Amino acid sequence: MSVERALEGVGGWLDDRFHGARGARVLLRKVFPDHWTFLLGEIILYSFVILLLTGTFLTLWFQPSMTQVVYHGAYVPLRGVHMSEAYASTLNISFDVRGGLLMRQIHHWAADLFMAGIFAHMIRIFFTGAYRKPREINYLIGITLLTLGLVEGLFGYSLPDDLLSGAGLRILQGVMQSIPLVGTYLAFFLFGGQFPGHLIVPRLYILHVLLIPGLILALVTAHLFIMFLQKHTQMPGKGRTNENVVGAPMYPYFMAKTGAFFFFTFAVLALAGTFAQINPIWLYGPFNPVAMSAGSQPDFYMGALEGALRVMPAWQWVVFGHTFAFNVFIPALLPLGIVFGGAAFWPFIEQWITGDRREHHVNDRPRNAPARTALGIAVITFYGILWAEGANDLIAVHLDVPLYWTTWVARIAIFVGPVLAYFITKRVCLALQRKDAHLLAHGMETGIIRQLPVGEFIEETRPVDEEAMAVLVARSEPPPLRALEAGEGEVPPPGMRGGALGKMRERLYTAVTESIPVPEPHLDGPYGHAIETNGHNGHGQESLPAGSAGTEPGGSEGQH
Amino acid sequence: MSWITARRRHPAAGYAVVAFVLVLIGVGYAVVTSSGNASASSPAPANAAQIAFGRRVFVEDCATCHGLFAEGQAGQAPSLIGVGAAAVDFQVSTGRMPAAVLGAEQDRKPPHLNPAQTHAVAAYIQSLGGGPPIPSAAQVSTAGANIGLGQRLFVANCAACHNFVGAGGALTYGKYAPPLTASTPTQIYEAMLTGPEAMPAFNDLTITPQDKRDVIAYVTQVRSQSNPGGFSLGRIGPVTEGLVAFLGLLLFMVLAALWITAKHRKAHE
Amino acid sequence: MSDTNSPGMPGAGDSGEDSWPEYLTSGEAHGATPSGGDPEGRRPRHRVIGTPPPAAARTLLSEEEAEGPPAARELPAEPSDPASAKRAERIVAACFLLAMVAGFGFLVAYAIVGVGTISGALHSNLWLGGCLGVMLLLLASGATIWVRRLMPEVELTEQRHLMRSDDKDREAFKETFEEGADASQFVKRPLVRRTLLAATVPLAVAPLFLLRDLGPLPGTSLDHTAWRKGLRLLVYGTGRPITAAEFNSPGSIISVGPEGYLDNDDEMAKAAVTLIKFRPGQLQFTTANHAVPNKVVQNWTVNDIVAYSKICTHVGCPAALYEQTTHHILCPCHQSTFDATQGARVIFGPATRPLPQLPIGVDSQGYLIALGDFQEPVGPSFWERS
Repeated sequence: MSVERALEGVGGWLDDRFHGARGARVLLRKVFPDHWTFLLGEIILYSFVILLLTGTFLTLWFQPSMTQVVYHGAYVPLRGVHMSEAYASTLNISFDVRGGLLMRQIHHWAADLFMAGIFAHMIRIFFTGAYRKPREINYLIGITLLTLGLVEGLFGYSLPDDLLSGAGLRILQGVMQSIPLVGTYLAFFLFGGQFPGHLIVPRLYILHVLLIPGLILALVTAHLFIMFLQKHTQMPGKGRTNENVVGAPMYPYFMAKTGAFFFFTFAVLALAGTFAQINPIWLYGPFNPVAMSAGSQPDFYMGALEGALRVMPAWQWVVFGHTFAFNVFIPALLPLGIVFGGAAFWPFIEQWITGDRREHHVNDRPRNAPARTALGIAVITFYGILWAEGANDLIAVHLDVPLYWTTWVARIAIFVGPVLAYFITKRVCLALQRKDAHLLAHGMETGIIRQLPVGEFIEETRPVDEEAMAVLVARSEPPPLRALEAGEGEVPPPGMRGGALGKMRERLYTAVTESIPVPEPHLDGPYGHAIETNGHNGHGQESLPAGSAGTEPGGSEGQH
Repeated sequence: MSWITARRRHPAAGYAVVAFVLVLIGVGYAVVTSSGNASASSPAPANAAQIAFGRRVFVEDCATCHGLFAEGQAGQAPSLIGVGAAAVDFQVSTGRMPAAVLGAEQDRKPPHLNPAQTHAVAAYIQSLGGGPPIPSAAQVSTAGANIGLGQRLFVANCAACHNFVGAGGALTYGKYAPPLTASTPTQIYEAMLTGPEAMPAFNDLTITPQDKRDVIAYVTQVRSQSNPGGFSLGRIGPVTEGLVAFLGLLLFMVLAALWITAKHRKAHE
Repeated sequence: MSDTNSPGMPGAGDSGEDSWPEYLTSGEAHGATPSGGDPEGRRPRHRVIGTPPPAAARTLLSEEEAEGPPAARELPAEPSDPASAKRAERIVAACFLLAMVAGFGFLVAYAIVGVGTISGALHSNLWLGGCLGVMLLLLASGATIWVRRLMPEVELTEQRHLMRSDDKDREAFKETFEEGADASQFVKRPLVRRTLLAATVPLAVAPLFLLRDLGPLPGTSLDHTAWRKGLRLLVYGTGRPITAAEFNSPGSIISVGPEGYLDNDDEMAKAAVTLIKFRPGQLQFTTANHAVPNKVVQNWTVNDIVAYSKICTHVGCPAALYEQTTHHILCPCHQSTFDATQGARVIFGPATRPLPQLPIGVDSQGYLIALGDFQEPVGPSFWERS
């Protein structure tokens, strides 16, 4: 059947009922900009789809019950051992159900890739400034999804009730218990009594398969819908402005590319599930509260929390018969509270500092926002140090570092590291900006050396081509500091007045907007650039006399 | 021209030669080196001749640190009176003794003394002050052992240092609990019995010989078990899994994204 | 074409455009000029589509089209290099065919590779996963080559419009909303408004009340364990009782629990105890009958055998690692370290409290028994703990 007949048949039937022709055409033609970093979000989306598919498979066999049973299944070493039904059913899936182990492993690898993708995507969003107006809400939805994913993963790997994840639940319980005033109540309500009780696995189960995936699904839908409505941002380039979107249409291009990427995601997860063993619960053994293993860590996305718990010195207050267990609830709440809370507030803080309330649809190159990039690297350094400390005993034994040294180094590094990282990154960004400015003002070196009649040697340069030029001049300049003051007779907002807040804002403004200015681009034909550096002040070049002899260097179009 | 000479310029010729030489070296090395561990066979009952032989070996290889009569030297090596043959057999058959460097913690290395010498020194030390004897073959046999109970005892008492499958773990001040991949059943028994170096002791009245056999059965069974899920990633838990997720999976996805969105190079058209 | 201007300083006497697109600070829609079709078809064709009419109504998925169907074809029908496309077509077809084979391999492997043993699970995983992975990889590669080499290159431009609605629409919305608010009487009649809000307060709080029975109140359950005077210490796992005479090798440890509770995980999570045997003179004793910082209560030991709670006082992991040479108990979770000769005082790590010492003695037959419960709560700190 030809395409036209199909459209008239099925298409007509649907359109008769849904008035869809115009909207559907808009959808088919919708333009999607093309940059590889824009696919990072799709990693997350497709991992989530695979999580849903494999997870549904697993629910057909998994028993979310902590009732003790005696195992008599296929895994011989644990025959006759007492374990929970949850653990026994997981062994059953792994060894007695065809494809069960594969689905379990794909599910767990997909969870890891989901979280890794979220980190990569969030970093891309931050460093390109894609969280700016009008995308602040979408960015907050993203941070919520990050938190939900973290919790979903934690609950998921705790379901089999094995030794490793059971230790993690014990830590969760101990952390909850330490919270002042309400800690013991929270812990007893979650676990249905003392640890371990018999209710935690079924409760985590329903959170893990129904409530949280439902929330994630709803938020992901909102996230994509907002992205559709506002259209995706684009990287700076030729022809790309704040008022347009340049790329290929949804149909057939983007559909095909995203479809291919889905298959890549599924493929890499299937291959990982085949060749890389993950969460071998039969080796950990069933949970028992008297046992513990060396090298016990949670899944990587909880690593920073684990590291925070390890790095904290022993600090508590006992006042009037009550304990403030700072050594526990500070590392549990403060570092990630700062990181995630700070990330959530950052778009609004940046707006306040720079006064920039325009819409932004063109991404920044990270080097063009030096303070933001430096801050991002500093936060990543902080997070990364905590993350490494979470694995400190494995670092100690495999890299031959004394155990306590790792903790001492981390205790100092979490303060010193981010400061150093901020400083170094900012300088690197400014240096890259200078390099761009140089390229813009002087053009590219051609390697052609010319001798002038006076005897001096110069190197010819030519302007960079249009594509590169468009990228180099792309800059979103923040509005000047004074421009947003109120008009005559009105009281300016506190941030604009002269007081302490206003002065702080001025200082922050200067720090945040520090940048190398974009010079006038060199547009004309080749000119000379003295080889001896008689000061790189940028504008003291010799120019070739008009009509000077010789071949033209490879020209840019139409310029010469 | 011979068959090989005719193919000397074949594109795969170089690779074939390299592969052949590698195989030759590998096989030769495997043949030349021995496994180097003490046998699991029971030692012959001590007699005066063996003890005298052991005395001679002791004086040659051990007395410099442990003293001429195994009385120990402060700051150098402990007294061996009363440690028993089991401790000696463990330390010597795992190559820890004679120690290469002074210190409380010694690494496993190829043993310096052969099994006959080892048993002789052990018999000599046993004769000095008694102590736990080398376990018999029956004592370390895992036939009919209860692996499930072994697992339970292992995770409650051993895994905190040695990790849940005996892959090793960190201790303080640069010490570590070694992996159990190379230990023989006899050595495992002896280690539990005598508590070498930083390891605590589990005597036969606390963890009975039957219990010890169960633990040995668990350790030996789980370390030889295949990994049905693929490569084991070290069996040290989620840290290596996380590294694979970032450096493997995410990297692959980035490469795929780069391929899908790559601009066409002019040369391709 | 030579430029008659002298190739002088940048900016002087430019050739083409007046200025580079001012694309960020103003609302001017300054779309790029189409570069026109390159005769060799090397550059992607560039089209500007759909400039929206100024005050057109905005649909949810916006983007208005010009009136009438677009005159010119916007997407080319054929790729620019037919020969390369022909080769690519064969590659893509091969990918998909092999993917189909791998897919059938998956089905066959499912049917013939059995599970039920460790090696069965290994082989099944390998075959099923391998076929699935290969199939998906080939599908992905084929689709990618299809997009890149078979579909003609194209670059389209779509206009955005300001997210902010124009003032007329905002006014209209405001009017509609206010009209409705007036008609609803919600603002004008505070009595019904306030009573409505008052009525919804218990409704909003009800879900919280419904959660009250999630668990019992903690009460004093965290303050006590199952240990009582006279309960024997049993080896965990085997359930054997031990005598002081049996546990006589210095440097020994063993995990024990109270008689009758070894299979009760809830109780063992608090009652697990580490028993350690020392040489005479190693333990630093106090003669007091209560816990003294940095000291071991001598009356609670038997023959230099001391019992400490195994539950770490940081966040509750079993602190199961013991170094005989340094007599340190190390918790592997977060490296809290306790000195067993000094009342399990904390010497490193995040734990703030020492491990509580269990009073032990012997019964008439010489078996180790508890002399009572711990004299302080075991495990992690909590608000009510003084």
